[in-house]
Amino acid sequence: MAEFEKANSIGEWFDQRLNVKAFTKVMMTEYWIPKNINFLWAMGALLVMLFKLLLITGIFLLMYYKPDVNLAFDSVNYTIMQEVGYGWLFRNIHGVGASVVFLIIYIHMFTAIYYGSYKKGREMIWLSGMLLFVLFSAEGFSGYMLPWGQMSYWAAYVITEIFGGIPFIGDELVVWIRGNFYVADATLTRFFMLHVLLIPIAIIGAIAFHFYTLRFPHVNNEEGEFFDYHAESKKYLAGDKAHSKVIAFWPDFLSKDIMVIALFMVFFFYLVFYNNGFAMDPVNFDKADSMKTPAHIYPEWYFLWSYEVLRGFFFEIGGISGKDLGLMAFGFAQGIFLVLPWLDRSPMVKPANQRPVFKYWFWLLMADLFVLTIFGKLPPTGINAWVGFFSSITFLGLFISLPFLSKIEAKMAGGK
Amino acid sequence: MINESRRGFMGKAFGAVAAVGAVASLVAMKKSWDPLPSVMAAGFTTVDMSKLTDNKLEIVKWQGKPIFLLRFGADMPPVEKRSVKVGQHYYAVMIGLCTHLGCIPAYRDTTKDFKCACHGGEFTAAGVQKFGPPPIPLHIPPFSIKDENTIVLGESGPEYQSLIASLSTDTNIA
Repeated sequence: MAEFEKANSIGEWFDQRLNVKAFTKVMMTEYWIPKNINFLWAMGALLVMLFKLLLITGIFLLMYYKPDVNLAFDSVNYTIMQEVGYGWLFRNIHGVGASVVFLIIYIHMFTAIYYGSYKKGREMIWLSGMLLFVLFSAEGFSGYMLPWGQMSYWAAYVITEIFGGIPFIGDELVVWIRGNFYVADATLTRFFMLHVLLIPIAIIGAIAFHFYTLRFPHVNNEEGEFFDYHAESKKYLAGDKAHSKVIAFWPDFLSKDIMVIALFMVFFFYLVFYNNGFAMDPVNFDKADSMKTPAHIYPEWYFLWSYEVLRGFFFEIGGISGKDLGLMAFGFAQGIFLVLPWLDRSPMVKPANQRPVFKYWFWLLMADLFVLTIFGKLPPTGINAWVGFFSSITFLGLFISLPFLSKIEAKMAGGK
Repeated sequence: MINESRRGFMGKAFGAVAAVGAVASLVAMKKSWDPLPSVMAAGFTTVDMSKLTDNKLEIVKWQGKPIFLLRFGADMPPVEKRSVKVGQHYYAVMIGLCTHLGCIPAYRDTTKDFKCACHGGEFTAAGVQKFGPPPIPLHIPPFSIKDENTIVLGESGPEYQSLIASLSTDTNIA
């Protein structure tokens, strides 16, 4: 056994046993963040904050929620909303938080795309981030089922039905996922398990991994500049903080983050208290009924763009039915962001507006996703169907053309 | 050297045991998500067709879906590849979900057709789309004819299979 001397303070007592001082240095006070960043770099810390809020409110909701087709609806809309002290507050924070967390995820994700933070050593940051996006999507979908309202039910029905499009095993797979021929009690209880146990555990693990992937390539900065972190951190430690290009994760960087979080929370709780209707669809206040379809089914706003890609193909092309084309395009849309670091073949790590070709690509993608999101909510009839078709084609075209466009950009940059 | 080969053997033996265990666990996990026996038993619905009258729609529930049963009257000619003959009568046996977006169409016995309230799609009494957005006719559920008054939904009988076979050239199959 190691020799332990009598500690002179509580801090020393812990330091002897847990090496607290060295650990704090490595994780906080000597973990270096570039100075040249803006408020968009606070989205990560903001997401951690939102995840904490979701976790805590979720724990309180879990104490009264009942995962049973006969009890679920009332346990949410009567017990939690009307009887439990501040139950309505926990539900509103949970519902609004689930919606807003996707807003911040998208800002976080498109910040990374805009500044090229997925290239040249940062591929694992991007991949682990996309893994988190997939996990959050699964968490959002499974959670949306739990109140067992009409929109919960039919969203679950339509989304599970999508797996029926997989060749050969599709029909059996849908029944297997649902545990019944239709969305039923077995479906509710298994998605309840996924929502409160398996996916949250996976998310916590993936967050830790996402942080770890940042460790060696470091966070990108506003200009995409690569510099010697070792030299810059020496300057900082020597006291020349003004000329060092880095700041410490704690207390420097996190205090800025906390500032942004504080401002954001004002907006967030404004939504929770005064404007939570966007996260509480009126259709979902009717109890689930397998024999009555709502007139118009649509997903939550954050899935609308991919839903519109799914619906965009509504007629047969070259002998393949619109339904199958839509499924293929949908599968493409789900997977394509993952391989972005390898589609962008330009070596430039710069903000999009300083890249001669990529800037058009980026803003076109933004505009297209905006159009897809708007039309994903509208009924797919008449002109809407055609807008959906052409914006879906544009989406596919953007990603298929990116390797070629970025190669042209690489040549332009090389020629200068 | 003999130690090395022993170590190698131990490694392989451990790996093999672990692999068998992993596969076995996966099988058990997969099975735990299979529909329960009670659910599978409820996957069949027996219908007494003698209760049906001409031109009046009956809706029964099969696997959580509404099933349209419509007995054709003498003034309604049977439709090739769609109508089902049980005993003396021709019937329409269809899944009552609009092939556009899954709403449940309503039957109008005066005009002898179905009208979907959601997006205005219309189907004939035999379930063939005739107006609006539905791309294909109403789906036909698997059924088998037991006797002149009874069919079982969920069983794939010879009548159903010949019906499906005649449709295989169309885009009408589920």
